[in-house]
Formats: sequence, structure tokens, C-alpha cells
Amino acid sequence: MKTRIWLLLVVTSAITGLSIGCKKSISDRTANAPSLQPDNLDLNAGTWKPVLLYRADTFAVAAPAATNSTAYAADLNEIKGYQHNLTSDDAQQIKYWAAGGVLRWNEIMRDLVGKYNLAPYQNDDGTYPIPNSANPFAYPQFPFSNPPYAGRAYAYVSAAQYDALIACWYYKTKYNRAAPYKVDSSVQAYGINKTDLPAYPSEAAVLAGVTAEMMKLLFPTEIANIQQLAQQQELAAIMSGAAARSDITAGEALGRQVAQQFIARGRTDNAGKAVGTPSDWTNFETIAMSKGEIPWYSLEVPKRNPMLPFFGNVKPFLFDSLTVISLRPGPPPSTSSDEMKSQNQEVYNYIKNPTRDQIAQVQYWADGIGTSTPPGHWNLIAAEDFIKKNYSEVRWARNMALLNMALMDAGIVCWNTKYYYFNPRPTQLDPNIKTLTGIPNFPSYISGHSSFSGAAATILGYLVPENADKYNSMSNAAMMSRLIGGIHTRLDCTVGLDVGKQVGNYAIDRAETDGAN
Amino acid sequence: MLMICFYQAEAQTDFDAIMMKKKQWCNGATYMYSGWDHYWEGTLNRNNQNIGTLTTQSVMYMTNYGISDKLNVMASLPYVWTHASAGTLHGLKGFQDLSLFVKYKPFSFDVGKGKISLFAVGGFSTPVDNYVIDFLPLSIGLGSTNVSGRITADYQLGIFFTTISSAYVWRSNVKLDRTSYYTTEMHNTNEVEMPDMLNSNLNIGIRKKYLIAEAIVQNMTTLGGFDIRRNDMPFVSNKMNSTSVLLHAKYTLPFYTHIEITGGGGYVVTGRNVGQALLFDIGAYYIFHF
Repeated sequence: MKTRIWLLLVVTSAITGLSIGCKKSISDRTANAPSLQPDNLDLNAGTWKPVLLYRADTFAVAAPAATNSTAYAADLNEIKGYQHNLTSDDAQQIKYWAAGGVLRWNEIMRDLVGKYNLAPYQNDDGTYPIPNSANPFAYPQFPFSNPPYAGRAYAYVSAAQYDALIACWYYKTKYNRAAPYKVDSSVQAYGINKTDLPAYPSEAAVLAGVTAEMMKLLFPTEIANIQQLAQQQELAAIMSGAAARSDITAGEALGRQVAQQFIARGRTDNAGKAVGTPSDWTNFETIAMSKGEIPWYSLEVPKRNPMLPFFGNVKPFLFDSLTVISLRPGPPPSTSSDEMKSQNQEVYNYIKNPTRDQIAQVQYWADGIGTSTPPGHWNLIAAEDFIKKNYSEVRWARNMALLNMALMDAGIVCWNTKYYYFNPRPTQLDPNIKTLTGIPNFPSYISGHSSFSGAAATILGYLVPENADKYNSMSNAAMMSRLIGGIHTRLDCTVGLDVGKQVGNYAIDRAETDGAN
Repeated sequence: MLMICFYQAEAQTDFDAIMMKKKQWCNGATYMYSGWDHYWEGTLNRNNQNIGTLTTQSVMYMTNYGISDKLNVMASLPYVWTHASAGTLHGLKGFQDLSLFVKYKPFSFDVGKGKISLFAVGGFSTPVDNYVIDFLPLSIGLGSTNVSGRITADYQLGIFFTTISSAYVWRSNVKLDRTSYYTTEMHNTNEVEMPDMLNSNLNIGIRKKYLIAEAIVQNMTTLGGFDIRRNDMPFVSNKMNSTSVLLHAKYTLPFYTHIEITGGGGYVVTGRNVGQALLFDIGAYYIFHF
């Protein structure tokens, strides 16, 4: 009896010990990203070409107090006060933001896109409610951050950050007020790398201000949370010894002013009209049928209204609206043609008995509901490579802006094409085609994933030439994932990739002449 | 579990109070069916016309050997296939998890006219194949490697018995095919932390020479995890809870006691982030006596 009790105790405690001993915590790949240590401070960035700002000094920033003034002495005392009593939470905040404000805000954006990337549930009558920016807290929450919405959101935030940092760098070199840790030897550079970059106005505060302001347009229910993050970023900059209170105040005000230009553009860029009306939606069908084609219809039950059918009319960043039309490819094969039949047969052949590797490829690139979308996936790819490049904050912003303007504009051309041809999905023409991820609720030709990926790989290959081959093969894998997943025909994919590359080339044209090379 | 309800009710299970005698070796297979057209999205019971009825079927090979009257080892491996009757999502199929259990009966003593037995069961299960876990509800499993510890108490009075059993299941993290995912926040990693689980059951029934018939209440509670958001897809680390009611029987052929037939059915009565499944199973086993 006794030995049995012992055996029972040993087995029980072994299992308990195993359970407690094996820690399950997971950590993000960028949780321990190193503090920024720019190879080049890009001190000439005040002369780079902004996206919207007319000039780098469009918004005035008053001259700062001298470093020997009593006002500045008070600023230094505030920093010293924090540094005397730094908690481990403070240190964690400093470390988090020291990896770069553009990186962290990009990650926060991807988190928000994932959070809001959910399609509304239907009404009792089988129609669907439309998210309403005037009543964002009611169901369905605003926004529904689907791929075109997300692509535009990333672009606006990135472009606004870029312009705001150009203005920031302009005043940094104009006033040339050193960082607190340079002015006073009793102020430490805590958790950050010392540089000769002037501190006034603070780039951290510029980013906090410009981003918080942009979110009012893009994620209105998150303003309170974003405001808190902005304050954490600013406080981290002060506690680290990188910025004085007056650097922060001036920076945040500048950032918010620059954001106003982008918000004004965003309110009139046609995105607000992208949803359309029920008669608009029927009209697409009528047009397709008048051309003798089978029109697209929603494969959801009940049938859902098409996703942002007028997103193709949104004003692009890299070219004008006439160029959108000129970039639109020729028509797909007729829905009744043998060519279309054989395109769909190929999809069916792939989907019939998928291998594990094929499913993995589909899953890797699916980027469907509840994710940061294909544009967000390319932001992740770019961000994790940029971390290794030792960019300055302003170069981070410039490269992210180029990437995201390319992604948004690729989305515009792609959407314009989708609704111009209103071409059905493979599964609509052949219901035997079951899919390895959800079928997006918009017409087939041309593939969105392919368009986004072609644009992203092209501009990223220019920005990080040593990775150009990698980006190319990634964009090919993304493109093929849609064919082997049963979502698109090969033609949808190859034409989409080509359109994306052409859009990417516009981003390269801009990059070659923006003064940053 | 979940939408995939791995419903275990074969001849001998890790959670019943039946032991093989020394040098008895039981071998057999059970066919299992789970089907639902409603599920709980968090606590909200709903249907989904883009899924229709989700069926998960499996055939499970099971073996159980009596090292002694008090110590049994068990192993099982199911082949699982899924299908959605509506919508466009592709079904999946494949071998799922190999399970190994060591079942130990340290105590058995008389109390009045009845008899009380206590059992301890150690379990281990792991996927035999790198199957797709990130395509719920059509995935065939959740992909974690599990270690479990179970305590079971059984009371028998004449032909009547009641069993109460509870297991703590420690689950390893799992890996997705993608590099980031959203739970209640975005994670930039392919690794997912799986909350542990508590599985309990209460059985009441009759136990005769050739027939065991019982009613079972089964509870599965996930110790952590999160709810499916409104109109989102399910995810491996969801908080999957359920309470099911089952009827089950095992019959040994009186004229040829090497053969056992098992069968039963049940229903998930309440749940959270799982399908409201109708369940049934039927199996046949052959027992060698060495």
C-alpha cells in the first residue's frame, strides 16, 4: 500500500513539475530590436522632397531657448528627476521606443488593422450594415480595415510621418540645439545611442503628434489609446536623455500641424465615396452583361455588397488619376471562352489534392480577415529588414512612405481594374473549386495580392538592393499562393503582379529624385 | 475538441474505470462522427450559412494491453476528415495525434456492500503529421503535444456504478504557417501559446458481465484563451469550453468473449467557441488472452 502511495505521489509531482517547468511564453521577433544607431544622421533631410508639404518650413517653429537659459535648466532638472528614479517599467518603455518611432508606430498600425479587419455580420433581412465613420463605436465598428482601406491607412500615416520628419530635420539643423545628454554631462543617455543629431524639435514627439493626429481620421475609436501611446513615446524620449520638455512640445505641435494637411487630403480623396449604393452595385452587373459577360457575384451567403467598388477612384500619391486608367490592363478572356475554361481547369487541378507545402504557402500569404492584410504583411517584411539597416528615423520614414504609397496606389489601380471588368471568381464559374482560404468579396481580375506584392517587391528591391532577389521570389510566392489556393486564375495573378511592378516603378522614380540618395 | 470534437468513447478509455486483466490485449477501431450547424462565437450561439453543417469524421485505431490487473497501457491514432456542406472552404484530412496512456489502479477496497476503486492515468499525445492547424473549423486538430495527469474514482454497488474523473492537460505551444497573427493583439511570431485544459467526466450506469451501459456528462474547460470575435474565424488558442451529455454502451459477445462491440451518441449542450455538435460512434474490438 505504501509503495503505491509513493508511486502515485511521484507520478503526480512529475507531471506537475513538467507543467510548471516548461515555460510557454512567446516573444515577438522585434521585442528586442536594438536601439537606433544610424550609420548616417541624414542631416540634409530638411532639403528632401516632401509628399504634400509645399516647403519644409511651411509650419513655423519658434527658435528654442538657449542651453544656458533658466528655462532650459528647468528642462534638464526634469530629466534628472526621472533618471534618479527610473523603474524597470520606465526602462522597458525606453527600450521599446528606442528601436525607432517609425518602426513602433508601424507595428501599432498593423495591430489596429488586424483588430478592425472584420467583415460586418448581416442584418436580419440579408443585407449588410455599412460601418459609419460618423458613428464609429456602434456595430459594425468603423473602420472595416480591409486591404484597400488598410493600404490607404498605412500610406497616409507613413507619408505624413515622412513629411513631418522632413520639417523636423529642417529645424533641427537650422537651430542646432544639442541633445540634453550632450549639453549636461550629468544627464545620461539611458538605453539609447548618443549621436550628434540636434534635439530641437524632438523627432519622437513629431512622430507622436503626427501619428496621433492621423488616427483621428483612420481609427477614430482608438484615439484615447493612441494618445496614451503618444505620451509614452514622448516620456520615453525625455527619460532617456534624448529630448528636453521644450524639444517635445515643439515637436508634437509640428507633427500635428503637418498631419492636418494629410487629413484635409484624406477627406477629399474620394475614399469616402468608395462604398457606393445598391443601384451602383447593380449597375456593375448591367454593364458586364451588356458586354456579353457573366458578371461577378458575391459567393457569401447571404450575398454581400462588393468591397469598396469605387476605391479605384481614390486619388493616388505617386501619379494622377489619368495614369490609373492608363495602367489598367486589357480585359480578361471572355467568361464564355475556352481560354477562361482552361484557366479555371488549372485552378481546379491545383485545388483537387493540395500538398502540405502548397497549403503552407497559401496560409503564409493568406492575409485574410483578422490580419494586417497583404499591405501589412509587406510592411512587416520591410520593417524587419530595415531594422538591420541602421537607418536614421527620417530615412525609416522615407522608405516606409515609398513602400506604402506604392502599396496604396497598386490597390487603387487593382480596384479600378476589378470593377471595370467585374470578372467572376473561379469558384463562381466552377463550384467544384473549393478554396484553402476565404474568397475575398470582390471581382477576380486582377489579383490584389499579386498587385500589392509586385509593387512592394519592386520598391523594396530598389531600397535594399541586396535583398532584391528575395523580394522578387517572395512576390512570386505570394502571387502563386492565390492560384494554388483556388482564389485566382494564373492570368489574374500574372497580370496583377505586372501591374504592381509598374506602380512600384513610379515609387522608384520618386525615390531617385527625392534628394535622399 | 471544439469544432472538431475529438469525442472519445471507445471500448476502454483513459477516463473510465475499466481495466484489462493481465496479459489481455485489446485491439480495434472506432468510427466517430461529429456534426454541427450551430456554434458558439464566444458565448453567442449562431449558425453560419457559409459553412452549413460542419462534419468531422474519424476512424481511430485503439489498443490496450494489461501489463497487470492494475497497470494498463493504451495507445490510439485517429484518421480524421472534415467537410463543410456550404460555402467554398476546402475540407482537410489526415492522421491526427498519437496518444499513449498509462493507467494505474493503486487502490480498490470495499465500503459496505459496494466497492471503491481509484485510478491514476498519465497521458501523452503528439501529432504524427504536420497537419494544418490554422484553418479552423476545417483543421483536423490543434497540433499541440499534450501531457496529462488524471485521477479517477469509481464506486460500484451491485450492477450500478458511478465514476468521476478529472484530468489536467498541459499543452505545448504550436506553430503556424504564417509569421504574425492576431488574438487580442498582434503577435509578430509564428508561435502560439496554448492554454492548458481541464477535462472532467461523470458516468452513471450499469456494469454487468457482458454489458456496460452508461450516461456520461463530459466537461472540457480551457484555462485561458480568448473568444472568437464577432464574425471572425476560430483560432487554435481560443477558449474552447463545452459540456456534453452522452449515452454509451459496450457489449461483449457472450458466445465469443473475444469480441466487444461499442457504440453511443451524444450532444454538446453548452459551449464556448465550439460547435454545438451531435456525436455518435460505433466500434469493434478483439481481445487476445495470452
